[in-house]
Amino acid sequence: MHEYSIVASLIDRVQQEAAAHGGSRVHRLHVKIGELSGVEIDLLKTAFDTFRERTICDGAELAIDTVAPAWACPSCERAVERGAILRCDACGRPARMIQGDEIILQRIEMEAPNV
Amino acid sequence: MCETCGCGDPEIVPIEVQERILSDNDAQAAHNRSHFEALGLLAINLMGSPGAGKTAVLEASAKAAGGRLKLGAVSGDLATERDADRLNASGIVSATITTGSACHLDARLVHRALHDFPAGDRDIFFIENVGNLVCPAIYDLGQAANVVALSVTEGEDKPLKYPVMFQKADLVLLTKVDLIPHLDFDVAAVEDGLARVMPEARMLKVSAKTGEGIDAWLQWLEERRPAEGHRHEHSHGHHHEHH
Repeated sequence: MHEYSIVASLIDRVQQEAAAHGGSRVHRLHVKIGELSGVEIDLLKTAFDTFRERTICDGAELAIDTVAPAWACPSCERAVERGAILRCDACGRPARMIQGDEIILQRIEMEAPNV
Repeated sequence: MCETCGCGDPEIVPIEVQERILSDNDAQAAHNRSHFEALGLLAINLMGSPGAGKTAVLEASAKAAGGRLKLGAVSGDLATERDADRLNASGIVSATITTGSACHLDARLVHRALHDFPAGDRDIFFIENVGNLVCPAIYDLGQAANVVALSVTEGEDKPLKYPVMFQKADLVLLTKVDLIPHLDFDVAAVEDGLARVMPEARMLKVSAKTGEGIDAWLQWLEERRPAEGHRHEHSHGHHHEHH
């Protein structure tokens, strides 16, 4: 259950941004979570609902963008299907993950009269 | 004003961040990595399920290496110091990181342990993570390589069931292979699963009990050790945060 520690880091970061911008109430957080990031969306939501109380995120909505994993050959850029052998059909090189392991805070919507 | 949801509230502003939520851990891990590099230490993050044989592989490694390699380890353990006691008895200088209820090690815990650890004269430093096939994969600790121990009694389907862990692995140690004759275990099925989740799939078959494969594992480690000339005196002159 590392989702709780991820939410703790998330709320810390939001607090820092709020302090830097003179922000007060947070309305919405936009995060991007890869399907192969190891973060379970439902657990993340539960952890956020629990931890946001009495923080700057109290009452804030967590908007989650999920990202499907994708693999490609690092040299010829051919896509390698999810579930296939992770090796380029054409040149035989090991494929590289190009997306799908993100755990990113994209944007905060907050009341910040000074911005 | 708020343009995202169209509510028109003039006081709601979007603040762009676009950063990894674990950026604090990443920064601490980079700091640990610079410690390891300055010490000329090969740091290995050893992960795997509870009971996969992580500690036993390290004991067998110490036995096979004899005095040839100076090994050190910190073990993440929820409640006891048993792993560190076993490792110390086998000749690996060891300490415990007691994690309480935390299911993984993070870079800050490893950093704190490093401060009390006589790592300076070691060649290889193992970070034996908390037994868990999910959470530890997410946290960079500053290691040079991730190694996952998977025992034959866990079943062939684990790479496909836990892709995040195996995708991050530089090497998989298939442990307890001495038990294969007693099991319906298909080694080829594990290799196929790994090839679908691990970009440069590499697996070594080992047995801590018989010593099979332990030399190949030590060889793999030796190949990754930093060259002699790259080691220099460890300095604490750089910026350092203590928590």
